[in-house]
Amino acid sequence: MKSLSTPHRHRGKLIIVEGIDGSGKSTQISLLSRWLRSQGYAVAFSEWNSSPLVRQTTRRGKKKEMFTPTTFSLIHATDFADRTERYILPLMRAGAIVCADRYAYTAFARDVARGVNRQWVRNLYSFAIRPNIAFYFRTPLDVALSRILGGRDALKYYEAGMDLKISRDVEESFKVFQGRILQEYEDMIEEMGFHVIDATQSIEDQQKQMRAVVKREIGRSLRTQVLRAPVLEQNPEHASGAR
Amino acid sequence: MALAKSLKPLECYGEPPAGVDTANLSGKLIVIEGADAVGRSTQIVQLRQWLEHEGHAVLDTGMARSALAGKGIARAKEGNTLGPVTMTLYYATDFADRLENEIIPALRAGFIVLTDRYIFSIMARAIARGEDPAWIENVCGFGLVPHAVYYLKARVKDLVSRVVIGKGAFDYWESGMDYHFGADMYESFVHYQTKLIGALDKMSSRYGFTEIDARKSPGEIFSELRGHITELNIRKVNGAARPVPIPAPKSRRAAIA
Repeated sequence: MKSLSTPHRHRGKLIIVEGIDGSGKSTQISLLSRWLRSQGYAVAFSEWNSSPLVRQTTRRGKKKEMFTPTTFSLIHATDFADRTERYILPLMRAGAIVCADRYAYTAFARDVARGVNRQWVRNLYSFAIRPNIAFYFRTPLDVALSRILGGRDALKYYEAGMDLKISRDVEESFKVFQGRILQEYEDMIEEMGFHVIDATQSIEDQQKQMRAVVKREIGRSLRTQVLRAPVLEQNPEHASGAR
Repeated sequence: MALAKSLKPLECYGEPPAGVDTANLSGKLIVIEGADAVGRSTQIVQLRQWLEHEGHAVLDTGMARSALAGKGIARAKEGNTLGPVTMTLYYATDFADRLENEIIPALRAGFIVLTDRYIFSIMARAIARGEDPAWIENVCGFGLVPHAVYYLKARVKDLVSRVVIGKGAFDYWESGMDYHFGADMYESFVHYQTKLIGALDKMSSRYGFTEIDARKSPGEIFSELRGHITELNIRKVNGAARPVPIPAPKSRRAAIA
């Protein structure tokens, strides 16, 4: 089972985004998926940590602060497995474009930052389908921090790595933890073949670059393999899309 | 983990769980493994009574009993949408929670931990459903090597009669109906349990199980288990030197106090 390291053979396409909290990746994948949808492609969306089968367990564990690095890692892998088996894989086989906000690489960065063995977590996710395109939103730590700390009132316990007892100060803990995650992402770029997007650029510039990568990497097979609603096909050349 | 058998008790098969100190564990970890309906829980009840009577503190635990994931697994099994990888990892989560929060603390405190199934059943179920053995073995590598694994070994036809006579009906999951191994529940049970037993048999030599013939009567199995456990040389309490007959509930309470 080495599917994450070998290209898949499904009709559909898998596009994923990665980056630390506050990198702007969710905004960008949302724009990209709407652009693809506006061209009539069958587009599905899968978010990290969203399996209905696992949700209550995760919520319970977080609320009661029951997680260890190992159980935190395993429950997220369980969530990911459920989304893969029930949603991502069948849709990919049917010919959809699946856009995922965070993917196995989130676990590779985050769980390792929590002290989980690097090889163990890589093996854990080896059943994952290899993405056609993986975007990594590179953000300097201070930029991401100002976005996060400015936008929300309270940092969450696990998000700030409070379980690691780095510091009693939530903000300080968050900085150290996110810094470790950032380093893990940076170290993965080559190994995983990330397309690096400079996330300090304007939203428009980042989106332009993403669309160019999509056209270059999978443009041809989009036209021939991916499911597309014939009705919506007016003039694909000018369907710039993002509403 | 090619040398699984040569590892010492209470070492980890692979990498230890992150941030967990597995040094200085003074208890004993005893695993009862075997297919469904083979009589594991009956034995565990009796073993616990006997060990407590001997003055040992006992923790008994088993699959899907964790505070974290037990309920979630039960809920997931009620639906019809639990995929094989998801199920495997849900059980691994459950096991990790019990290992870190129950088993290891109990071992540190010098308890005897009796566990109804272990990583081997998680692995066997995954392998029976066609998952890669190397994958699941690595996932479960944070497990501690037990002092002993007693494998209640049965043939499929024994299981069939136990299920039909004992329970009166085939269970959906015990029959592997999520995978439809056969046209009906009986056929699926036979095919699925054959695969499970095959996987456990393979693990038996790889992990050094002690095999016990599950066709024997519960009493015979119990005395066999008691004999094996006595050989583990668990520290004696107050000169309670020899195994005693299964104690009545009253004396058990006295032993706990």
